[in-house]
Amino acid sequence: MPLFFIFKVSKYYRMKNKSLVSINDFSREEHLRILDLAEKFEKNPTQNILEKYVVATLFFEPSTRTRLSFESAASRLGAKVIGFSEPGSTSVKKGESLRDTIMTVANYSDVIVMRHPLDGSARFASEVSRVPIINAGDGANQHPTQTLLDMYSIRKTQGKLDNLNIAFVGDLKYGRTVHSLVMALCNFNTTFHLVSPEELKLPSSVKLHIKEKNLEYKQYSDLMSVIPEVDILYMTRIQKERFSDPLDYEKVKNSYVLRNSMLEKSKPNLKIMHPLPRVNEISIDVDSNPQAYYFTQALNGVYVRQAILAEILGAKVK
Amino acid sequence: MEKEEIRKELKVSAIENGTVIDHIPSENVFQVIKILNLKEAENQILFGTNLESTKMGKKGIIKVSNKYFKADEINKIALVAPNATLIIIKDFKVSEKKKVQVPDTVEKIVKCFNPNCITNNEDVNSKFTVIDKTDLKLRCHYCEKITIKSTMTFL
Repeated sequence: MPLFFIFKVSKYYRMKNKSLVSINDFSREEHLRILDLAEKFEKNPTQNILEKYVVATLFFEPSTRTRLSFESAASRLGAKVIGFSEPGSTSVKKGESLRDTIMTVANYSDVIVMRHPLDGSARFASEVSRVPIINAGDGANQHPTQTLLDMYSIRKTQGKLDNLNIAFVGDLKYGRTVHSLVMALCNFNTTFHLVSPEELKLPSSVKLHIKEKNLEYKQYSDLMSVIPEVDILYMTRIQKERFSDPLDYEKVKNSYVLRNSMLEKSKPNLKIMHPLPRVNEISIDVDSNPQAYYFTQALNGVYVRQAILAEILGAKVK
Repeated sequence: MEKEEIRKELKVSAIENGTVIDHIPSENVFQVIKILNLKEAENQILFGTNLESTKMGKKGIIKVSNKYFKADEINKIALVAPNATLIIIKDFKVSEKKKVQVPDTVEKIVKCFNPNCITNNEDVNSKFTVIDKTDLKLRCHYCEKITIKSTMTFL
């Protein structure tokens, strides 16, 4: 008589070997699991749980924060880090395709963290690679690890993720961090407050996603009016080169600058976030305000990336 | 006076066995031929364009001898001929009539609207999920941008 063994798939290993390309590749439950794990790493960031692994960081376009954050996260967990920070010194300069580069590097590593200028490049890489891909930014498309660290920051400062009022300010059209975060927060009954110039409104595909979840968004052209309404003010940089007419940029460039005096009527729990780097959209006088959270937000990136690496590689956290 | 004989003549001759694709928008007949790769086929193929139609004003029609298409093969043409009728012919008789259905996914035949998409820059075939079958909106599997009818270009 055959014996049948029923194996209960541990929730712990559900994300093992899974690529993280788009924020919706992981479910709401998996997002929360990453955040819970990041809390553990914040308390104990140095542990050798990844010492037998090799993490490849392939940055086809410049990054300081994300790359160093990942390399710090991996190193603190004992992993070896290999890779490149710009493709000029690699076979990519000789015309090697992305497909071939990924297939080659997958032979040398257990996971690939990748930033690439083309939209959809990370999805493609995940289809040709035999090891998981973590998308560190693909063109103007997705930046899911930024989203997770943003969610961690929101939860840490507000004590919860559900039912918040969150304002997104600045370049909502090209800002991939905005797109990813809006899509993730659609799982948490968020009310969205969108503040941008007419030319840089949130794309219809993202607004469609909000509507599909039966959630609300309000649009504003002026920053002052939104401040008293929200729990989080997520600021982004407006770039001059996004405007076809430079005069249009000149008209709006100061309308989306946050100054300390503007925060007088803000809620006591309000926190100001920014994916960085900032230019002039947050005035320096805001930095000393306890509501300024953007530098701590960047630090949270290390813990969240540790959590992502640990989950995808299936390592048990101490 | 002799009565005039009224001669009824098919503009495109009948086929013995095969598939007739009727009610194609006249301007899209050649696109349908391309999508179905009929240029490479060895079957006898007859087609007509700018034919009069009470339904459409002008229409195109394609008759492919000795060929019966699978659903996933033929439904691709729904992108350019959403109201096309498929008529299955056996022994010169109509065996079955059905309409094309817009498929759930589209591969290789449509170009992604986004110039920065990987499919427009490296050797990667385009792939879309159809998110609106009425207004024809395609979400790119790779870059996640939506290509709409007015921006749709065929490869």
